[in-house]
Amino acid sequence: MDLLGFARGPALKVALAIFCLGVVWRIVGFALLRLRRDLNKPRTSTLKFLSGGVVTIGSRSWPHKEFIGRTGAGEALGYSYHIGLFVVVLLFGPHIVFLGSLFGFTWPGLPSSLITMLSVLTLTLFLAVLFRRVTNPVMRMLSNFDDYFSWFITALVLVTGLAATAHIGAPYEKLLAWHILSVDALLIWFPFGKLMHAFYIFPSRAINGALLARKGAIS
Amino acid sequence: MSDVTGALAADLAPEQAKTPQARVTGAMRGFAQEIGALSAFRLESCIHCGICADACHFYIATEDPQYTPIWKVEPFKQAYKREASPFAPLYKLLGLKREVTADQLEQWQHLLFDSCNMCGRCSLICPMGIDVAALIEQARHAMFDAGLAPKELYQKAAHQQATGQPEASTEPYREQLLAIGKRFGVAIPLDKPEAEIMLCVPRTDIEHYPSAVAALARVMQHLGASCTFRSDGLVAENYGYYAGGKSWQRDISLRLIDAAIACKAKTLLVPECGHAYTALRWEAADLYGKPLPFKVRHVTEFLADELHAGRLKLTPAVTGKTTFHDPCQLVRKGGVNDAPRTLMKAMGIELNELRNHGGFSFCCGGGGGVLDIERAAPLRYRTMENKLREIDDTGAETFLTSCSDCRRTFDDAQAHFSWNKAPHSLLELVANNLAGAGNRT
Repeated sequence: MDLLGFARGPALKVALAIFCLGVVWRIVGFALLRLRRDLNKPRTSTLKFLSGGVVTIGSRSWPHKEFIGRTGAGEALGYSYHIGLFVVVLLFGPHIVFLGSLFGFTWPGLPSSLITMLSVLTLTLFLAVLFRRVTNPVMRMLSNFDDYFSWFITALVLVTGLAATAHIGAPYEKLLAWHILSVDALLIWFPFGKLMHAFYIFPSRAINGALLARKGAIS
Repeated sequence: MSDVTGALAADLAPEQAKTPQARVTGAMRGFAQEIGALSAFRLESCIHCGICADACHFYIATEDPQYTPIWKVEPFKQAYKREASPFAPLYKLLGLKREVTADQLEQWQHLLFDSCNMCGRCSLICPMGIDVAALIEQARHAMFDAGLAPKELYQKAAHQQATGQPEASTEPYREQLLAIGKRFGVAIPLDKPEAEIMLCVPRTDIEHYPSAVAALARVMQHLGASCTFRSDGLVAENYGYYAGGKSWQRDISLRLIDAAIACKAKTLLVPECGHAYTALRWEAADLYGKPLPFKVRHVTEFLADELHAGRLKLTPAVTGKTTFHDPCQLVRKGGVNDAPRTLMKAMGIELNELRNHGGFSFCCGGGGGVLDIERAAPLRYRTMENKLREIDDTGAETFLTSCSDCRRTFDDAQAHFSWNKAPHSLLELVANNLAGAGNRT
């Protein structure tokens, strides 16, 4: 079995299995902890409790005007590279073919040249994010191995993907194999680190929003 | 002389009572027992973006990264990952998360108590939607268990748990309450066997703002409300909440709950005291173990309802340019958003709002027990400068609020900074503008 066959065969299967089991365990592991009922009478109706949760999923995507002057630029940078990643992962033709083989359906993509440009832009934003993390005193203090390794492994996927698309440094098949291996590594790391926020972000916002709505407070 | 003396608190020095290892063991046990799925989820969700720093007045005033709200629970995140998270065995086996040390926890006392008002502004900014303030409250419980609550808060909590009063007084509060009634010429309803509304009083008002106590009694008398104070449940504050002593918080709340049940009250009316509102409205039932058999209402909510029902009528207040400080525990954490403004509108007051108002208001700086912690004063003053500037920028002649601890914090700032403004009680303004009762302004 060659490297490419290994990367998209057994390695991918193992990575997907670790990813799925790890994600489920990471969620079940804390969800099984005690969840106490709030016995204090709510101020608002169940409908407002639920709608408060739903609304906060969207509203917390951008800072309130009271905060925007201090956090707007940082949040814009953060959302920009996330959008770049989503576009590259979901709208690049070969990715669509691969994902289609997993899900059983496909969708239209963007031209490869545009994806390449977006990938370069996203990688640039990634470097800016890293620069910010190491230069901003608050972020530098909060950061640990998880932050830097999660950054590294995601950036590695981007770099190997770009190299494979542009045929830089090695034969295409070898570059593609490294790209897929980097994806395998990302899938294996995913449940152990902060990449899990992809699963947490909306429920977390919804819970905070619903609990504040229960009190009649803003969220 | 009261049976309440200073002797009880004198020897309470928790820091000396336990060995360092016992502190750590106690703290981690307390935290692990309390963590629960919700807080675990909050700790799991943090992406280390640091955005919460930009909501915190301690960070904004100092630009010191250690005041980043989520950093204040860092040892507890470490303990959760090591002891209770889904991959805890891995963390332990590979030594990836070390045990929290006593030295570490001692350092964090400054971050969890001196430099956090538990105001909850950070919980509004987190893009992941983490309620950081809720985590800090849980961390304070663990600090208390570790014997690391600041001595001022610990001693007051101990005193209140044992006697009902947070501090010794020359006369019991009951007698002081009656004396206030005499001094201000208002009847103090006390120890009625039955009443629809049970009243309680901030000890801050008894000691510093007796006119606010009289205002409450006067308004209730004007409304002809069936109400009573109770000697067995008089003090609104809950120092157990501040200190992080959960069982003491429960005991202190139970005094009020039992007294309200004893007089068959349908409503427990919380006076102008923000954290008392949080402790009674949003936490007491959980500690009681079942829903409370009465409503808990803040006095401004109650008066706004009376206004809507047409039972309360107010005359225009002559206050000039006016601004209002929203107490965090009432508004941001409590949801009492509209009632104060309804009352001010009924008195014809057009507010010059602070730049950050309503749910986004900055804390006065004294909340969460910080005002009581002596060593925290220099940092508190530094943090308050931004708030005072906001108030000055409105150009207001009159500055109102509806929490006596906020009021005391601003009064303290007035003395410290030779500031030219004094906070006034919204309740007192209402009491002075009761239609048909004569204007007492």
